[in-house]
Amino acid sequence: MSILGNRVLRREDPKFLTTGGTYVDDLPLEGAVHIVYVRSPMAHARIHSIDSTEALRSPGVVAVFTAAEVDLPPMPPGAPFANPAMVRPWLADGVVRFVGDLVAAVVAETREQAMDAAELVLVDYEPFPVVIDPEAAAGSDILVHEAAGTNVVLRMPEDLVSVGMVPPEAATEPPEMFAGCEVVVRQRIVNQRVAPCPLEVRAAASRWDDGHLTQWTTTQAPHGVKASLAQIFGLADDQVRAVAPDVGGGFGAKIGAYPEELFVAWIARKIGRPARWVETRSESMLSLGHGRAQVQLAELGGTRDGRLLAYKLSVIQDAGAYPAFGAFLPLMTRTMLTGVYDIERVYFADTSVATNTNPTVAYRGAGRPEATAAIERMVDIFAAEIGMDPAEVRRKNLVGRDRFPFTTPTGTTYDVGDYEAALDRVLEAAGYSELRAEQQRRREAGEAKQLGIGLSTYVEITNGIPGSEFGSVEVLADGRARVRTGTSPHGQGHVTSWSQLVADQLGIAIEDVEVIHGDTDLVPRGVGTFGSKSLQSGGVAVFQAAEQVVDKARKLAAELLEANPNDIELDKQSGRFQVAGTPSASKTWAELARASGDGGLSAEVDFAASGATFPFGAHLVVAEVDTETGGVTLKRIVAVDDAGRLVNPLIAEGQIHGGLAQGVAQALMEEMCYDEQGNPITANLADYEFVSAAELPSFETYSMETPTPINPLGAKGIGESGTIGSTPAVQNAVCDALRHLGVRHVDMPTSPLRVWKAIEQAKGKS
Amino acid sequence: MIPAPFDYVRVGSLDEAISALVEHGEDAKLLAGGHSLLPLMKLRLATPSVLIDIGPVRELSYVVDAGDHVAIGALTRHHDLHHDPVAVSQVPLLSMVAGKIGDPQVRHRGTIGGSLTHADPASDLPAAVLALGGTLVARGPAGERQIPADAFFSGFLESALAPDEVLTEIRVPKAVGGHAYQKFVRRAQDWAIVGSVVARVGDRVGVALVNMGPTPLRALAVEQALAEGASAAEAAERAAEGLEPPSDNNATAEFRRHLARVLTRRALAEAGV
Ligand SMILES: Cc1cc2nc3c(=O)[nH]c(=O)nc-3n(C[C@H](O)[C@H](O)[C@H](O)COP(=O)(O)OP(=O)(O)OC[C@H]3O[C@@H](n4cnc5c(N)ncnc54)[C@H](O)[C@@H]3O)c2cc1C
Repeated sequence: MSILGNRVLRREDPKFLTTGGTYVDDLPLEGAVHIVYVRSPMAHARIHSIDSTEALRSPGVVAVFTAAEVDLPPMPPGAPFANPAMVRPWLADGVVRFVGDLVAAVVAETREQAMDAAELVLVDYEPFPVVIDPEAAAGSDILVHEAAGTNVVLRMPEDLVSVGMVPPEAATEPPEMFAGCEVVVRQRIVNQRVAPCPLEVRAAASRWDDGHLTQWTTTQAPHGVKASLAQIFGLADDQVRAVAPDVGGGFGAKIGAYPEELFVAWIARKIGRPARWVETRSESMLSLGHGRAQVQLAELGGTRDGRLLAYKLSVIQDAGAYPAFGAFLPLMTRTMLTGVYDIERVYFADTSVATNTNPTVAYRGAGRPEATAAIERMVDIFAAEIGMDPAEVRRKNLVGRDRFPFTTPTGTTYDVGDYEAALDRVLEAAGYSELRAEQQRRREAGEAKQLGIGLSTYVEITNGIPGSEFGSVEVLADGRARVRTGTSPHGQGHVTSWSQLVADQLGIAIEDVEVIHGDTDLVPRGVGTFGSKSLQSGGVAVFQAAEQVVDKARKLAAELLEANPNDIELDKQSGRFQVAGTPSASKTWAELARASGDGGLSAEVDFAASGATFPFGAHLVVAEVDTETGGVTLKRIVAVDDAGRLVNPLIAEGQIHGGLAQGVAQALMEEMCYDEQGNPITANLADYEFVSAAELPSFETYSMETPTPINPLGAKGIGESGTIGSTPAVQNAVCDALRHLGVRHVDMPTSPLRVWKAIEQAKGKS
Repeated sequence: MIPAPFDYVRVGSLDEAISALVEHGEDAKLLAGGHSLLPLMKLRLATPSVLIDIGPVRELSYVVDAGDHVAIGALTRHHDLHHDPVAVSQVPLLSMVAGKIGDPQVRHRGTIGGSLTHADPASDLPAAVLALGGTLVARGPAGERQIPADAFFSGFLESALAPDEVLTEIRVPKAVGGHAYQKFVRRAQDWAIVGSVVARVGDRVGVALVNMGPTPLRALAVEQALAEGASAAEAAERAAEGLEPPSDNNATAEFRRHLARVLTRRALAEAGV
C-alpha cells in the first residue's frame, strides 16, 4: 500500500516545537564583526556630506563605509525590460531614494556597539520633492532616477511585443472591444502594498578562507545567492558556498539576495574578518521587499443575461525606488487575466513606475492574486449591475470541464480543471441558499450587523517559470536513504514529503530517509522554493531518482541472487528484494548498498516539467459587517481547493490554512502606507495590522483532486492558492454586505474607516 | 531594536525606589512591567540614563477590600487584577477591563501603575479609573499625597506625578452595578481605536473615553446629560462634544467622534442605563 496521500506528521516539527530552529543569527561565527546599516530617514534627498568621525571614535567600532569606499559597480535593475538607468548603488551615491535606503555601513565588535555608533554618523541631507503616488509617477517632473529621464520602468504589452513574447495584435486594444455588450462596468481597484513579514527577518554572515567565500543567508534560493556572489566578486564555482540553515519564512520576499546581505561579504573581505548582519523588525518593514502595489482600472462588459464578453485591465505597478522583480510581475497578472472565465475579447496594459518607496518583489501569489482580485471583484460588480446572483454569473461563464487543455485569450494554456464542480461543492458546503435567506432577513429587519457572502472562483499558475529542478537519492551502506534536493524549504515540509516519496518507492522507513537541502556544497544544483513549484519539480525529481535507484538495486539483486531481474520484486513492507515465489532468497537495501560500493546505489535527476500547472478552487466567505462602526467579523471561510494529487493532505492543508490567513490579512487588515512625504506610517507590527488568529474563523476546507497530466505525480502547487482564492472572497463578502445600502465597492484593506466612509458616501448619494 | 545604553538599578522596597529616584534625578525612569517603556526605548524614542527596576517590590502588588473602596497596589499586573476575587466581586468593571488589555503576555507583565503613569490616551485602565472616579496615591521624599484621577492625566503621556514620586496605590469606589466597556479594535491585541467605559457608582453614571484626545478623559457632556435626565440615546449623542480626537491611519477625527457616539450608546445600553 502506498503511503502517498497519507497524513504523515511533519518530521520537522519536533525540533521547531522544542529546541527551536537554527537560523543564521544563531550560528556561532568566531571573530565576526557586526554590521549595522545607516538608513535614510528621507524619501528623496541629496546627501551633501557624511561625517563618520564621531562614529569611528565610538567604542568597538572597526570601520564605517560609505559610497566613497565601495569599489563595486552599481546593481542593474532586477526586472527584465526595466529602464537600465535605474541602477542601485550599494550605498547611496549622493542621492537617497526611499526611507530605508542604505547610506553607510557601521562595523563594530558587537551589534550593540554598531547600533550606538550608527546613531553618530552625521548625514547632511537636502530634501528633494518626492513622488509617492504611483498614479502620478509616469507624468511627474520629479524623477526618482534623474539619469533615466522618466519614472517609467517598463510597459506591457509593448515591451513583451518587442521581444516576441506576445503577438503584435496584443499591442493595442482590439477595435470595438465592447461591441455587443449591453452592460459595461468600470472600477478603479487598488491592490494595496503589503509587507511580507516573515517571522525570521533578514540575516547574513560571510567568511573568507583563502579566497573561498562561505555565505550563510536566510533565503528561498541558496543557489541563486551563490550565483550572485560569484558574479559580484568574480569567483569560480568552487570558490563560493551559500548555506541556508533553517529559514523562518519568506513568502517570495527572500527569493533574491538583497544588497544588505551581499554587501556583508564585501565588508568581510575588506576588513579581513568574518562579518554578520541581522536586521531589526523595523528595518525589515522598511526594506524587505514589499508585495502587490497595483492600481488597476478594470472594465468588464457582457449581456443582461449574464454572459461576459469583454474585459480590459490597465495596471499601474508601483516598482518602488529601485526596480526589482515586482516591476515585472504584471506579466503574471496578464497571464491569469481572465481567471476561470471564458471571455472572448481582452486587453491588458501595464505601466510599471518608480516611486520614492521601498522596492516591490514577489509576495505569495506574485502577480496572480492581483489578476484574481480584479476579475473576481468585477464579476461581482457586474452581477450587481444586472441584478443576478454572483454565483449564477460565475456558473454561466466558467470554462467547461470538457475544454482542457484550454488556451486563454492571453495565450495561457490551462492543463486541467473542473471549475463548476468546485463552485457546486463550495455552495453546497456553505449552505448558500440558507445564507442568502439570512442575509435577506437582516436586510429587511434593518439590523446594524449585516451579512455579506463573498465568492471567489479562482485558477492560478504554479511552476510557471520553465526550467528543471535537481533531486538525488542514494541508499547508504546501513540501509538508510539520503536525498539531496535543489528546493529550499522554509516552512513547506519538504523533508516530510520527500521522505514519503522515497519511502513509497524504496520501502525504507520515513525515519530512515535523510533529506539534505539549502547548502550549495552538499547539493550540486538547485533552483529553490517559490512559485508553488517544489513538489511538482523537485519532488518529482526525487521521486524519479528513487525509481531509478530501485531499478539499479533490482539489477544488482538479480546478479547476486542469480535470478532474472524480471523475477525480482521489492517487498516494500520489509524493504527486501526477493525472487518471486522464493521469499527466502532475498537481499536487503543495506546488503545491496554494500555490494554496490560507495555511491553505487544512487541516482540524480533534473526534472523539467513540460509546462506549468493550474490549481483551482472556489472560496466562500461569510462576513458580518457592523454598519455603525464599519467593523468586519468573519463568520466562516469555506474553501474548496484542487491541487491535483496530494502527497500529504496534512501539509497541503497547512499551506491552505496559512494561505487563507494571508488572504484575509490583505483583504481585511494589512496595508503598508506612506504619507505624502514618503514616510512609512505602518513601520512596525503595532501600526501594521498583521493578522492574528483571533481575527480568523475556523477554516472549513475541502479538497478536490483532479490530477494534472503534466507530471508523473499528478501534483500541482498549493503554496499560494489559499491566498489567491480567499482575498477576493473576503473583499466580495464585505462589499456584498453593504450592497443594499448603495455601496458598490470598498478597496482593500476593508478597514472600519473605509467601510464607514463608503456607507456615508452612499447615504450622501441617496 | 536595541535601546541606547543605560544603567540598571534593582530595588527591593518602596523606600529604596524613592531614594534611587532622588539620587538619579530626572534622567531616571522607574521600570515596572516594561511594556510601555521598553518598546519606546527599543525604538530609541525614550533614552533614560538609569532604569530603576521596581519589579521586586512585591509589597505593591495587592487588591484589597478597604470598606467603601477597593485598594489596588500599583504593581498589580493586569492578569492578576483580571482574576482577583475582590476585584471581580467589588469592581467587576476594572477586572473586566484589565482582561481586555493586549494579549496574555502583555497582561502577565503590565501593571496598573505603569498603565496609569504612562497616561496613554489609547490605554484601557486609565479610562476605567476615570469612569469610576478613582483616587491615586503617590509617595515621594516629601511623603504621601492623594490625587483624584480627574487631576492625574495632565497632558499627552504626562501625569501629575513629580519625577521623584512613585505611584503606590489606586483606590476605586466599590461599584457592583451595571457597567460596560466597548473597546473598538481591528485586532484582538490592539489598543482601542476608540473605547467607551460606563460605570454606575451609586446613583452616578461615570462615562470615560479612550483615544478621544491627548489624555484619557471623561465624557463630561454625556455624564451631565444623564444627570439632567436625558435618555441614554440622547446622552450618547453628546459623547464627542468638545473633544479633539486624533487622526491616524485607523481613524480620522470625524470617524472617532462618530465611534464615540455609537460605542457610548452601546455601552450605556449594556450597563442598563
Ligand atoms: C503588544 C502590546 C499591546 C498592548 N496593548 C494594550 C492595550 O490593548 N491596552 C492598554 O491599555 N495597554 C496596552 N499595552 C500597554 C500595557 O498595558 C502596559 O503594560 C502598560 O501600559 C504599562 O505598564 P507597565 O507596568 O508595563 O509599565 P512600564 O512600561 O514599566 O512603565 C511605563 C511608565 O510608567 C512609569 N511607571 C511605572 N510604574 C510606575 C509607578 N508605580 N510609579 C511611577 N511611575 C511608574 C515608568 O517609569 C514608565 O515611564 C500594550 C503593550 C504592548 C507591548
